[in-house]
Amino acid sequence: MTPLGHYLLISAALFGIGLAGALIRRNAILVLIGIELMLNAANLNFIAFWRFGNNPQALAGVMFVIFSIGVAAAEAAVGLALVIAIYRHYKTTHVDELTRLKG
Amino acid sequence: MHWSFYVVAGLTVGSGIAAMSLRNIVHCALLLTVTFAGLALLYLQLNAQFVALAQVLVYIGAVAILIVFAILLTRSSDIGSQSRRSLLAIASGALVALAAFATIAKAVLTSPTVKRDQPSAALQFSVTQATSVQDIGQQLMGNYVLPLEIVALLLTAALIGAAVIALQERRGAE
Repeated sequence: MTPLGHYLLISAALFGIGLAGALIRRNAILVLIGIELMLNAANLNFIAFWRFGNNPQALAGVMFVIFSIGVAAAEAAVGLALVIAIYRHYKTTHVDELTRLKG
Repeated sequence: MHWSFYVVAGLTVGSGIAAMSLRNIVHCALLLTVTFAGLALLYLQLNAQFVALAQVLVYIGAVAILIVFAILLTRSSDIGSQSRRSLLAIASGALVALAAFATIAKAVLTSPTVKRDQPSAALQFSVTQATSVQDIGQQLMGNYVLPLEIVALLLTAALIGAAVIALQERRGAE
């Protein structure tokens, strides 16, 4: 049986990768992908803590992850629709070039 | 069973790193799918079959396809401008991400709770039966019925909102 700490470390690594992608990449779609990776890392933490917790029968961790997946799907749909709308306006998806609100 | 965990973990993290670092955005989207599949395998190893199935259906089936469609619809913007960010921006971003990872990893490695829970957790794992879909359904219709309805409302609103946002420009042009 793999210990709990290993799952938490994998989750931390995925969170770091997602954060790095969201901070470094210029394409708005890749920024969204980074955010999805961070959400998935949180989900993995929930499942790991649920499985290793004192009361797995309560299913609290599973429920949280199911709702989290639903919210993440809604977030991805709206986020990608925004990217497409921005692309129609500005003909670019690079976040550095969207500086219209800059004073 | 230890080696299978490390194979899946290496696959997940490796494809995640590749998905965030490759130049071609289509490759990034495909490798992201591999990362999602690796996470589904990790859920299966943790005996959470329903969540693994939901992961495959929602992330691989819907989100990855949605991302590929978004890449398709915004494709021409990436051909001309392959220039990357300055080295300083990349270095500072990577530094922040590394600092976040190091903070979480230190907390995990030094936590007394994580260490102490291991023996009893191993016992629990062998004792506990796999949770059936019936249990999950009963909980969803019982304890968690209010969050379920709210998520249903949220998904409906997100669906309509996404369609409105994505169609706005075309309707205004006509």
